[in-house]
Amino acid sequence: MFRDALLVLGKDLRIEARAKVTLRQVAPFVVTVMVLFAFGLDRVLVRDANVADTVTDSVPAAYVVPGLIWLTLLFALLLVVSRSVSIEEEDGAGDALRLSGLDPAGIFLGKAGAIVVQLVALELLLVLGSMLFFQARLHAPLLLLSATALATVGMAAVGTCFGALSSGLRSRETLLPVLVMPVVAPVVLAAVQAWQLALVGEVGDGWPWVRLLIVFAVVYVSFGVLAYGALLEES
Amino acid sequence: MKTTATMQTSGVQTSTVQTLSWLTGLAAGASLALLTVLGLFVTRPDEVQGEAVRLLYVHPATAWVAYMAFAVTSLAGLLWLWPRTRKPLWDHIAGASASIGVVFTGLTLVLGSLWGRATWGFWWVWDARGTSTLLLFLLYAGVVALRYVPATRDARARRTAIGALIAFIDVPLVHFSVKWWKTLHQEASVLQPSGVQIHGLQLFTMLFSFVAFSLVYAWLMIQRTRLARWEDELEAGGLDAAIVARQSEGSQHLIGATS
Repeated sequence: MFRDALLVLGKDLRIEARAKVTLRQVAPFVVTVMVLFAFGLDRVLVRDANVADTVTDSVPAAYVVPGLIWLTLLFALLLVVSRSVSIEEEDGAGDALRLSGLDPAGIFLGKAGAIVVQLVALELLLVLGSMLFFQARLHAPLLLLSATALATVGMAAVGTCFGALSSGLRSRETLLPVLVMPVVAPVVLAAVQAWQLALVGEVGDGWPWVRLLIVFAVVYVSFGVLAYGALLEES
Repeated sequence: MKTTATMQTSGVQTSTVQTLSWLTGLAAGASLALLTVLGLFVTRPDEVQGEAVRLLYVHPATAWVAYMAFAVTSLAGLLWLWPRTRKPLWDHIAGASASIGVVFTGLTLVLGSLWGRATWGFWWVWDARGTSTLLLFLLYAGVVALRYVPATRDARARRTAIGALIAFIDVPLVHFSVKWWKTLHQEASVLQPSGVQIHGLQLFTMLFSFVAFSLVYAWLMIQRTRLARWEDELEAGGLDAAIVARQSEGSQHLIGATS
């Protein structure tokens, strides 16, 4: 299973390295959303900065930035998943993958793994952007890293499942957000809470959210491993 | 002979379902009428909540039906996915129950919003229960949307079953995340007023509303499940009719060519 997963992961990443869709399309999209958030949340930042001037300069950013990062990443997830599905739809690649005799669980892990790698790259971009544009100051690296890693795995697992479910559908672009967003809502909530608590220095309160993220990641990775065969059968 | 026997069995089944539909419809209508009388005329306004307490006789029952509908959807989806128990009926039930569940979740949200406005002055408050219900509505609205995407019968059934399972697994995660979100940030919830107790006729009417709305659910389920079956038959029949028409066209063409 893990050997098959590595094969699929390598294949998807090689396709991305050659086509550079995430680099040339999704990364600029992420930066654009970040800039637009700055326009949309300008008043909030300004007002909060005036109110909280006796606390620290980073307090407003600490409350706004986590939401900004995770919502932008959620939008990016939809694009990355859509791309992950479309590479299997072209030239009968999906049929070839099914005929290759690879373990469906391995295919799931490989495809989810490739999505994780791309999301991590986008997260780095988002964090750097937040530090640059919104003066976000990072604290509690262990909490931030754990929450980010687990949330990314959970989001990628759900995205991979729904990607396979909506494969071959003409209405995939509109259907995918309707299906994925409510399911990953707990992940967004937990990741934002953990990040907010880390950035404002209440690290101890952030760990229960990491536990929830562990449960989410384990549940959806297990579901994908068990159900991906049935999902492939359908597509 | 075999065809005649099948038709007879099918006829008996149809008439049994028809009778069941009539009986359930009658029971649902009668219990709703009785609930209306009890809820609007027999029970008295509450000391704390006034007339708004009458929402107690509809709001919890609609929420109960919504949860029951989603549990039935998941169970029917599982039975369809399991090869040994797979038959079209489970897909018809899953699809019917998901749609009814979404409608009842919507009703729960609207009634809850009305109650919130009457009691606390707000149409919407981000409390744990309301937020979870809203997410539940969105989750299953997605499943219903997935069901209405044009597909073959098997593909639609599989998508519904898997989508419903993913949503069902998500329900406890949504519940806990939203609950923690509120308990960590909100000291005391305005939605849990202390000192309000239900008793006597109020309690009876509320419990009766569960029975009445469950009967409404059962009646709707019978109608929607039958409808799903007829839609399938129409789809299959339509294709068969088209093939027969095409074949007869072909044979006419051949006859024309030979003559």
